[in-house]
Amino acid sequence: MLKLLKSGFYTSVQDRGRFGYRDKGVPVSGAMDNYALETANRLLENDENAAVLEITMTGPTFEFEENTFIVLTGASMSVTLNNQPITNYKVHKIVSGDILSYGRLENGFRSYLAIKDGFKTEKVLGSRSHTKSITDSTYLKDRSEISYEPCDAFVPKISEIKINAYFDETVLEVAKGPEFGMLENRQLEKVFGGDFSVAKENNRMAYQLKETIDGHDKSMLTSATLPGTVQLTPVGKLIILMKDGQTTGGYPRILQLTDDAISILAQKKLGDIVSFKLIAP
Amino acid sequence: MKSYPLSIRPYGIRAVLVEWPNEVDEEILEDILQFYQYLKYHCLKKTGWEMIPAYNSLTLVQNNNLVDFKTFSTKLKKWYGEKSGTVPEQRYLWRLPVCYDLDFGIDLEDVSKKLRLSVPEIIEQHTAHVYRVYGIGFLPGFMYLGGLSESLEIPRKATPRLKVAKGAVGLAGKQTGIYPQESPGGWNIIGNCPVSIFNAKEEGPCLVSVGDQIQFYSISRAEYDLHKIEGEVGIYKVEKLEIDA
Repeated sequence: MLKLLKSGFYTSVQDRGRFGYRDKGVPVSGAMDNYALETANRLLENDENAAVLEITMTGPTFEFEENTFIVLTGASMSVTLNNQPITNYKVHKIVSGDILSYGRLENGFRSYLAIKDGFKTEKVLGSRSHTKSITDSTYLKDRSEISYEPCDAFVPKISEIKINAYFDETVLEVAKGPEFGMLENRQLEKVFGGDFSVAKENNRMAYQLKETIDGHDKSMLTSATLPGTVQLTPVGKLIILMKDGQTTGGYPRILQLTDDAISILAQKKLGDIVSFKLIAP
Repeated sequence: MKSYPLSIRPYGIRAVLVEWPNEVDEEILEDILQFYQYLKYHCLKKTGWEMIPAYNSLTLVQNNNLVDFKTFSTKLKKWYGEKSGTVPEQRYLWRLPVCYDLDFGIDLEDVSKKLRLSVPEIIEQHTAHVYRVYGIGFLPGFMYLGGLSESLEIPRKATPRLKVAKGAVGLAGKQTGIYPQESPGGWNIIGNCPVSIFNAKEEGPCLVSVGDQIQFYSISRAEYDLHKIEGEVGIYKVEKLEIDA
């Protein structure tokens, strides 16, 4: 078991997500920063869908009850293992009784804790990802216990990688969304001509942007939405749906973020700057 | 069945949106569902595809790979031409109980005033119609129902409530529906349905599919309490009738 001695701001279990139920209104969920999830599982030679912990903004303190190996990816949060600083993107050996403690956020917004063979929480509709109204809980509370398979010996093929820092990246690559064609020149200039900042309404469901563009009065019938869809509201607000976002919506879908852009945005917090760059179809 | 001019557009790099004429129309919905059926069983056998029908659109998402739009849209056009004769999946008419008691129908009196209909008249009109499920979204198991009587059209509330009860039955514009879970919401609440439409613990988590029909019938408070208990212990059977295609 992994014991949560102190919960952080928001820590949840996530895997790649819950697929196959969007036509019933079930959000996809899964790690907000899929790049961090993939990298962590690859270093541990895990199944690509192995469940990790997604740790948002401020970190918790954990105690490991069995031997294992872990990797931290995503945001850096001054993590210590038994009071010794440890680094991200490196396989660390864990011995029963070890204490992992998260400190100050240094960069990014979401950090990932992956464990050898993944966390073994209950699967609901094919996924372990915490999701409101799908799983019994939506995040981990103090004194939660999460099970994992003990592992005494593991010789990783690659024990550490250097990653290109993507936390400083502010450009979000986007493709045209289905209603891109409704944008007028003034709106296009605003969308691609300047910076936007992340509003306080940002969470696993959606990121709103502070700056607005010209609004519209186009009404459309409800239709599917995806993680990474940029919706334009009648008053000109841009809402970027994220992993727990609703599966249908009635606002025009003007842009669609690439998978990498979703990972970049997932590491942004209130006030951070982003801009959009259209990629060739 | 007639053939419609389709609009096929890329939706990012792993999804494609197919749109029918911009109308809420039963025949269009049938055509979408027939195409859905043909694609599901004859064309998109590779794993990773998900299809989301809603009103006048069908969105196809590939979860594992990127989609080459040019090739794929050509194939879609060809498949659309081949689909006629596809037998649609069995549809059901679900008869759902609703308790229109004022304890649940917290906006009933207000709706009654605004629509100039008595409460019994509202109940009569709400239960008289058969509604079609045009889409499921917004929340897990939330049905977009079409076919509301014009006399029951009422704008959504100016200020949404922070909490609407699970099972709440509401009216908003041309729509009526059930909140499948407690959530914020701006619909006018006229009753409560004791049946859980969505249960994540079931393998088929949602009772209803797009294309099904819904009819409400009025129950007393005592029947509501009974159905609620029956539902909790798992012995409540929802009434459903097969619809002939």
